Amino acid sequence: MSELKQELKEKIIEQLNLEDVAVEEIEDTDPLFGEGLGLDSIDALELIVMLDKDYGIKLADPKEGKKIFESVDTMATYIAANRSR
Amino acid sequence: MNKSLQIRSYCQIKNGIISHNGKVVFEHPLTDFEPFIKAAYKNFETDYPKFFKMDNLSKLAFMAAETVLSDKAVEEKNMAIVLSNRASSLDTDRKYQESIADEDNFYPSPAVFVYTLPNICIGEISIRHKLHSENSFFIFDAFNADYLKDYADGLLQNEKAEEVLCGWVDFDDGRYEAFLYIVSETGNHPHTAEEITRLYLTP
Repeated sequence: MSELKQELKEKIIEQLNLEDVAVEEIEDTDPLFGEGLGLDSIDALELIVMLDKDYGIKLADPKEGKKIFESVDTMATYIAANRSR
Repeated sequence: MNKSLQIRSYCQIKNGIISHNGKVVFEHPLTDFEPFIKAAYKNFETDYPKFFKMDNLSKLAFMAAETVLSDKAVEEKNMAIVLSNRASSLDTDRKYQESIADEDNFYPSPAVFVYTLPNICIGEISIRHKLHSENSFFIFDAFNADYLKDYADGLLQNEKAEEVLCGWVDFDDGRYEAFLYIVSETGNHPHTAEEITRLYLTP
Protein backbone atom coordinates (compact mmCIF):
# COMPACT_ATOMS: atom_id res chain seq x y z
CA MET A 1 0.00 0.00 0.00
CA SER A 2 2.81 2.45 0.78
CA GLU A 3 4.22 1.92 -2.73
CA LEU A 4 0.83 2.77 -4.20
CA LYS A 5 0.63 5.93 -2.07
CA GLN A 6 4.08 7.02 -3.23
CA GLU A 7 3.09 6.33 -6.85
CA LEU A 8 -0.11 8.35 -6.44
CA LYS A 9 1.75 11.33 -5.01
CA GLU A 10 4.16 11.28 -7.96
CA LYS A 11 1.32 11.00 -10.47
CA ILE A 12 -0.69 13.79 -8.83
CA ILE A 13 2.29 16.16 -8.96
CA GLU A 14 3.18 15.28 -12.56
CA GLN A 15 -0.27 15.07 -14.12
CA LEU A 16 -1.73 18.08 -12.32
CA ASN A 17 1.40 20.21 -12.93
CA LEU A 18 1.99 21.00 -9.26
CA GLU A 19 5.32 22.62 -10.02
CA ASP A 20 6.07 23.88 -6.51
CA VAL A 21 5.03 20.73 -4.59
CA ALA A 22 7.38 17.86 -3.62
CA VAL A 23 6.31 14.28 -2.88
CA GLU A 24 7.60 14.60 0.70
CA GLU A 25 5.31 17.58 1.31
CA ILE A 26 2.13 15.56 0.73
CA GLU A 27 0.98 13.71 3.84
CA ASP A 28 -1.16 10.61 3.29
CA THR A 29 -4.10 12.23 5.06
CA ASP A 30 -3.77 15.78 3.64
CA PRO A 31 -7.00 16.98 2.00
CA LEU A 32 -6.46 17.14 -1.78
CA PHE A 33 -9.05 19.87 -2.30
CA GLY A 34 -9.74 23.09 -0.41
CA GLU A 35 -7.09 24.01 2.13
CA GLY A 36 -4.86 21.01 1.41
CA LEU A 37 -3.27 20.80 -2.02
CA GLY A 38 -5.83 23.29 -3.33
CA LEU A 39 -6.92 21.22 -6.31
CA ASP A 40 -9.87 22.49 -8.38
CA SER A 41 -12.74 20.99 -10.37
CA ILE A 42 -10.65 20.45 -13.52
CA ASP A 43 -8.10 18.59 -11.38
CA ALA A 44 -10.93 16.37 -10.14
CA LEU A 45 -11.78 15.48 -13.74
CA GLU A 46 -8.11 14.72 -14.42
CA LEU A 47 -8.06 12.37 -11.41
CA ILE A 48 -11.11 10.54 -12.79
CA VAL A 49 -9.30 10.09 -16.13
CA MET A 50 -6.20 8.88 -14.25
CA LEU A 51 -8.21 6.21 -12.39
CA ASP A 52 -9.50 4.92 -15.74
CA LYS A 53 -6.22 5.14 -17.68
CA ASP A 54 -3.79 3.85 -15.07
CA TYR A 55 -5.92 1.54 -12.90
CA GLY A 56 -8.82 0.49 -15.11
CA ILE A 57 -11.41 2.03 -12.79
CA LYS A 58 -14.39 3.79 -14.38
CA LEU A 59 -16.39 5.93 -11.96
CA ALA A 60 -20.05 5.39 -12.86
CA ASP A 61 -21.11 8.31 -10.70
CA PRO A 62 -18.71 11.29 -10.61
CA LYS A 63 -20.20 12.19 -7.19
CA GLU A 64 -18.36 9.15 -5.83
CA GLY A 65 -15.18 11.11 -6.42
CA LYS A 66 -15.83 13.38 -3.46
CA LYS A 67 -15.08 10.60 -0.97
CA ILE A 68 -12.49 8.78 -3.08
CA PHE A 69 -10.42 11.91 -3.64
CA GLU A 70 -10.43 13.16 -0.05
CA SER A 71 -6.76 12.27 0.40
CA VAL A 72 -3.99 10.02 -0.90
CA ASP A 73 -5.06 7.53 1.80
CA THR A 74 -8.66 7.29 0.54
CA MET A 75 -7.54 7.12 -3.09
CA ALA A 76 -5.10 4.29 -2.39
CA THR A 77 -7.69 2.31 -0.42
CA TYR A 78 -10.26 2.63 -3.23
CA ILE A 79 -7.76 1.78 -5.99
CA ALA A 80 -6.41 -1.26 -4.13
CA ALA A 81 -9.95 -2.62 -3.76
CA ASN A 82 -11.17 -1.89 -7.30
CA ARG A 83 -8.25 -1.86 -9.73
CA SER A 84 -8.27 -4.06 -12.82
CA ARG A 85 -4.73 -3.23 -13.94
CA MET B 1 -16.56 65.73 -26.55
CA ASN B 2 -14.10 63.04 -27.55
CA LYS B 3 -11.50 62.12 -24.94
CA SER B 4 -7.84 62.45 -25.85
CA LEU B 5 -6.49 58.91 -25.59
CA GLN B 6 -2.92 57.82 -24.98
CA ILE B 7 -0.85 54.67 -24.61
CA ARG B 8 0.51 54.69 -21.07
CA SER B 9 2.48 51.43 -21.01
CA TYR B 10 3.48 48.67 -23.42
CA CYS B 11 5.49 45.46 -23.45
CA GLN B 12 6.83 42.86 -25.82
CA ILE B 13 7.80 39.21 -25.43
CA LYS B 14 9.74 37.61 -28.27
CA ASN B 15 12.86 35.53 -28.89
CA GLY B 16 13.72 35.04 -25.21
CA ILE B 17 13.37 38.73 -24.32
CA ILE B 18 10.78 40.64 -22.31
CA SER B 19 10.76 44.40 -22.68
CA HIS B 20 8.65 47.01 -20.93
CA ASN B 21 8.26 50.53 -22.32
CA GLY B 22 11.19 49.91 -24.66
CA LYS B 23 13.60 48.61 -21.99
CA VAL B 24 14.67 44.97 -21.69
CA VAL B 25 13.49 43.71 -18.28
CA PHE B 26 14.32 40.02 -18.74
CA GLU B 27 16.49 38.07 -21.12
CA HIS B 28 17.22 34.35 -21.14
CA PRO B 29 19.85 32.39 -23.10
CA LEU B 30 17.31 29.67 -23.89
CA THR B 31 14.80 31.11 -26.30
CA ASP B 32 12.67 27.92 -26.45
CA PHE B 33 9.35 28.89 -24.95
CA GLU B 34 9.02 26.49 -22.03
CA PRO B 35 12.39 27.09 -20.32
CA PHE B 36 12.21 30.79 -21.15
CA ILE B 37 8.76 31.45 -19.72
CA LYS B 38 9.45 29.35 -16.61
CA ALA B 39 12.66 31.32 -16.00
CA ALA B 40 10.73 34.57 -16.45
CA TYR B 41 8.11 33.42 -13.91
CA LYS B 42 10.86 32.64 -11.39
CA ASN B 43 12.77 35.84 -12.15
CA PHE B 44 9.80 38.08 -11.38
CA GLU B 45 9.03 36.00 -8.24
CA THR B 46 5.49 35.52 -9.47
CA ASP B 47 3.61 33.63 -6.76
CA TYR B 48 0.77 32.09 -8.75
CA PRO B 49 0.95 28.26 -8.90
CA LYS B 50 -1.95 28.08 -11.38
CA PHE B 51 0.51 29.47 -13.97
CA PHE B 52 1.96 25.98 -14.40
CA LYS B 53 -1.44 24.55 -15.30
CA MET B 54 -1.95 27.01 -18.17
CA ASP B 55 -1.36 26.25 -21.84
CA ASN B 56 1.39 28.04 -23.77
CA LEU B 57 -0.84 30.82 -25.11
CA SER B 58 -2.17 31.65 -21.65
CA LYS B 59 1.33 31.56 -20.12
CA LEU B 60 2.46 34.02 -22.80
CA ALA B 61 -0.51 36.36 -22.31
CA PHE B 62 -0.29 36.07 -18.50
CA MET B 63 3.41 36.99 -18.40
CA ALA B 64 2.91 39.90 -20.83
CA ALA B 65 0.05 41.20 -18.66
CA GLU B 66 2.17 40.81 -15.51
CA THR B 67 4.80 43.01 -17.16
CA VAL B 68 2.59 45.71 -18.62
CA LEU B 69 0.42 45.96 -15.49
CA SER B 70 3.35 45.85 -13.07
CA ASP B 71 3.58 49.60 -12.50
CA LYS B 72 0.05 50.30 -11.37
CA ALA B 73 -2.71 48.56 -9.40
CA VAL B 74 -5.57 47.77 -11.78
CA GLU B 75 -7.98 45.90 -9.54
CA GLU B 76 -10.04 49.01 -8.84
CA LYS B 77 -10.15 50.00 -12.51
CA ASN B 78 -12.72 49.08 -15.10
CA MET B 79 -10.09 47.81 -17.55
CA ALA B 80 -11.38 46.11 -20.68
CA ILE B 81 -9.26 43.53 -22.49
CA VAL B 82 -9.03 43.30 -26.30
CA LEU B 83 -6.56 40.74 -27.62
CA SER B 84 -5.83 39.24 -31.01
CA ASN B 85 -3.64 36.73 -32.77
CA ARG B 86 -3.17 34.67 -35.94
CA ALA B 87 -3.03 31.07 -34.66
CA SER B 88 -6.04 31.15 -32.32
CA SER B 89 -5.57 28.22 -29.88
CA LEU B 90 -4.12 25.85 -32.51
CA ASP B 91 -1.15 24.80 -30.36
CA THR B 92 -3.48 23.40 -27.70
CA ASP B 93 -6.07 22.21 -30.24
CA ARG B 94 -3.41 19.96 -31.77
CA LYS B 95 -2.43 18.55 -28.36
CA TYR B 96 -6.05 17.78 -27.60
CA GLN B 97 -6.58 16.19 -31.01
CA GLU B 98 -3.58 13.92 -30.37
CA SER B 99 -5.16 12.77 -27.10
CA ILE B 100 -8.34 11.64 -28.85
CA ALA B 101 -6.87 10.32 -32.11
CA ASP B 102 -6.34 6.72 -30.96
CA GLU B 103 -9.56 4.81 -30.25
CA ASP B 104 -7.64 2.22 -28.22
CA ASN B 105 -5.97 4.86 -26.06
CA PHE B 106 -8.81 7.34 -25.74
CA TYR B 107 -8.20 9.43 -22.64
CA PRO B 108 -8.99 13.08 -23.45
CA SER B 109 -7.53 15.45 -20.88
CA PRO B 110 -10.03 17.90 -19.32
CA ALA B 111 -7.11 20.14 -18.34
CA VAL B 112 -6.04 20.45 -22.00
CA PHE B 113 -9.59 20.74 -23.32
CA VAL B 114 -10.38 23.86 -21.27
CA TYR B 115 -7.70 25.77 -23.20
CA THR B 116 -9.02 24.95 -26.68
CA LEU B 117 -10.31 28.51 -27.16
CA PRO B 118 -8.03 31.55 -27.58
CA ASN B 119 -10.03 33.84 -25.28
CA ILE B 120 -9.30 31.61 -22.26
CA CYS B 121 -6.08 33.60 -21.87
CA ILE B 122 -8.22 36.71 -21.26
CA GLY B 123 -9.97 34.78 -18.50
CA GLU B 124 -6.65 33.95 -16.88
CA ILE B 125 -5.60 37.62 -16.89
CA SER B 126 -9.02 38.66 -15.56
CA ILE B 127 -8.86 36.14 -12.69
CA ARG B 128 -5.34 37.22 -11.77
CA HIS B 129 -6.18 40.94 -11.73
CA LYS B 130 -9.80 40.62 -10.56
CA LEU B 131 -11.17 42.29 -13.70
CA HIS B 132 -14.90 41.96 -14.44
CA SER B 133 -14.85 43.89 -17.67
CA GLU B 134 -15.67 43.94 -21.37
CA ASN B 135 -13.43 41.63 -23.35
CA SER B 136 -12.96 40.40 -26.91
CA PHE B 137 -10.52 38.23 -28.80
CA PHE B 138 -10.02 38.64 -32.57
CA ILE B 139 -8.25 36.47 -35.13
CA PHE B 140 -6.32 38.27 -37.90
CA ASP B 141 -3.80 37.21 -40.55
CA ALA B 142 -1.34 39.68 -39.03
CA PHE B 143 -1.17 42.36 -36.33
CA ASN B 144 -3.98 44.82 -37.08
CA ALA B 145 -3.36 48.18 -35.40
CA ASP B 146 -6.27 49.91 -37.16
CA TYR B 147 -8.87 47.46 -35.87
CA LEU B 148 -7.53 47.40 -32.31
CA LYS B 149 -7.34 51.20 -32.25
CA ASP B 150 -10.95 51.62 -33.42
CA TYR B 151 -12.25 49.00 -30.99
CA ALA B 152 -10.45 50.49 -27.98
CA ASP B 153 -11.61 53.99 -29.00
CA GLY B 154 -15.21 52.74 -29.06
CA LEU B 155 -14.98 51.23 -25.58
CA LEU B 156 -13.40 54.33 -24.05
CA GLN B 157 -15.38 57.04 -25.87
CA ASN B 158 -18.62 55.24 -25.00
CA GLU B 159 -17.49 54.85 -21.38
CA LYS B 160 -17.66 51.07 -21.44
CA ALA B 161 -14.24 51.06 -19.77
CA GLU B 162 -11.75 53.43 -18.08
CA GLU B 163 -8.73 51.78 -19.72
CA VAL B 164 -8.18 49.04 -22.29
CA LEU B 165 -5.49 46.37 -22.26
CA CYS B 166 -4.94 45.71 -25.97
CA GLY B 167 -2.64 43.72 -28.14
CA TRP B 168 -1.39 40.59 -29.82
CA VAL B 169 -0.53 37.22 -28.25
CA ASP B 170 0.37 34.52 -30.72
CA PHE B 171 1.76 31.03 -30.16
CA ASP B 172 2.15 28.41 -32.86
CA ASP B 173 4.58 25.57 -33.46
CA GLY B 174 7.04 26.86 -30.83
CA ARG B 175 6.98 30.43 -32.17
CA TYR B 176 5.76 33.04 -29.72
CA GLU B 177 5.13 36.76 -29.78
CA ALA B 178 3.28 39.08 -27.43
CA PHE B 179 2.75 42.83 -27.67
CA LEU B 180 0.42 44.35 -25.10
CA TYR B 181 -0.33 48.00 -24.41
CA ILE B 182 -2.68 49.99 -22.20
CA VAL B 183 -4.90 52.69 -23.66
CA SER B 184 -5.77 55.37 -21.15
CA GLU B 185 -6.50 59.09 -20.79
CA THR B 186 -2.90 59.54 -19.62
CA GLY B 187 0.35 58.45 -21.19
CA ASN B 188 3.29 59.46 -23.35
CA HIS B 189 2.29 58.01 -26.71
CA PRO B 190 -0.69 59.10 -28.83
CA HIS B 191 -3.28 56.38 -29.38
CA THR B 192 -3.03 56.28 -33.17
CA ALA B 193 -2.65 53.32 -35.52
CA GLU B 194 0.70 54.72 -36.65
CA GLU B 195 2.07 54.90 -33.09
CA ILE B 196 0.72 51.46 -32.18
CA THR B 197 2.42 50.01 -35.27
CA ARG B 198 5.64 51.84 -34.49
CA LEU B 199 5.74 50.47 -30.93
CA TYR B 200 4.88 46.97 -32.20
CA LEU B 201 7.75 47.07 -34.71
CA THR B 202 10.30 48.62 -32.34
CA PRO B 203 12.57 45.81 -31.08
